[in-house]
Amino acid sequence: MDLGYFFSDLWISRWAILHGLGLTIVISVLAILLGTLLGIVVGLCLSYGHWSLRWLVRIYTDFLRGTPVFVLILACFYILSVIGIQLTPFQAGVFALTLFCSSHVGEILRGALQALPRGQIEAAKAIGLTFRQAFIYVLLPQALRQILPTWVNTAVEMVKASTLLSIIGVVELLLATQQIIARDYLSLQFYFFAGFLYFLLNFAIEKLGRLAEKKVIYHV
Amino acid sequence: MGYTLNFAPVWRDFDLLLSGLGLGLLLAVVSIMIGCGIGLITAFGRLSRHASLRRLAGTYVTAIRNTPILVLILFSYFALPQLGVRLGKIEAFILTLAIYAGAYLTEVFRAGLVALPRGLREAGLAIGLTEWQIKRYLILPVMFRNVLPSLGNNFISLFKDTSLAAAIAVPELTFYARKINTESFRVIETWLVTSLIYVFACLVIAQGLRYLERRLAIIR
Repeated sequence: MDLGYFFSDLWISRWAILHGLGLTIVISVLAILLGTLLGIVVGLCLSYGHWSLRWLVRIYTDFLRGTPVFVLILACFYILSVIGIQLTPFQAGVFALTLFCSSHVGEILRGALQALPRGQIEAAKAIGLTFRQAFIYVLLPQALRQILPTWVNTAVEMVKASTLLSIIGVVELLLATQQIIARDYLSLQFYFFAGFLYFLLNFAIEKLGRLAEKKVIYHV
Repeated sequence: MGYTLNFAPVWRDFDLLLSGLGLGLLLAVVSIMIGCGIGLITAFGRLSRHASLRRLAGTYVTAIRNTPILVLILFSYFALPQLGVRLGKIEAFILTLAIYAGAYLTEVFRAGLVALPRGLREAGLAIGLTEWQIKRYLILPVMFRNVLPSLGNNFISLFKDTSLAAAIAVPELTFYARKINTESFRVIETWLVTSLIYVFACLVIAQGLRYLERRLAIIR
């Protein structure tokens, strides 16, 4: 193995890799944020919705959770353009990841909300809060605190799932790496390097999550 | 919107999709079996008396869990040959999925082992079993029963991950779906049917696992 060649080529392709890494981060952040917002709505519907709404949302989550992310991404990419919604691969991919993330966050949130003691909502009613106030000030803060560890895991999963966008042609870190490999054939070194970058990214998320957990638990 | 649904091309190749589903299930079963072996060994490693073994097992789990599986698959298929390890695409995929599963199962087994009451081992010692016999006849059977639900969840997510085998042209469900999609342009039908097959398979597996859990449950 000629490491000198690898390093010189790594230096030449530094901007391509950094650009890919940046795009990976943008995709992941967008998917996690949008997915979490949508997921809170999903969780709310699953826990407190009218039975017909609950039923519909249950089908939505089970369908999304039963389908592999890869199939979801391909489906969004192809189907949306056929029914007349022209999205770039980037937009279609982020859309698919957002849907996927929302179903997971929704399911986690439902679990956490149902695990809260009934006394909480009764107490909130007793002091005259409306349902919306009770949810925002009493239930949601406690539920969010509980789902934090699982939510961090979901975030890591989203970063990992963002690699699948390479297959529909979004030049994120993995596709950028593959383009470099297509030029210099250093597949061992560059795949390893890409894997290492992903590892660092996810490891950082995990550590930050741990830190946030400690902070949140201290304030209970 | 000028799109009329026509499922005929999908039904015509439905047996291809089913054979892809069969291969996907087979890949998942073989991988989880190998993964269980790896996971057991590393779980004992993580609970070992020797700090170096603990660290080694911990590094394996952290490294694999934080790396996207697509990168791992591409690495073992395209980069390992550079090290002189030439694997066919199915072997490469099974190897990757087993190593990936092993990392997740390590944590599952570790939790299962830690949760066992101390009395179990002491009872074994009291009736004169050797350490090996205690593991074989007391610890493992009880532990497996306790972790069966999370083992099942892992199996389902592994089954969904087999869709990624399409990236290295293993002819499983997603691979055939892409083929039908590009050959017939029946985009909506193809992806709808494919996701429904995945969802249905996941539901059936989940029901089967629930049945197994009930059969194996220790009556308390």
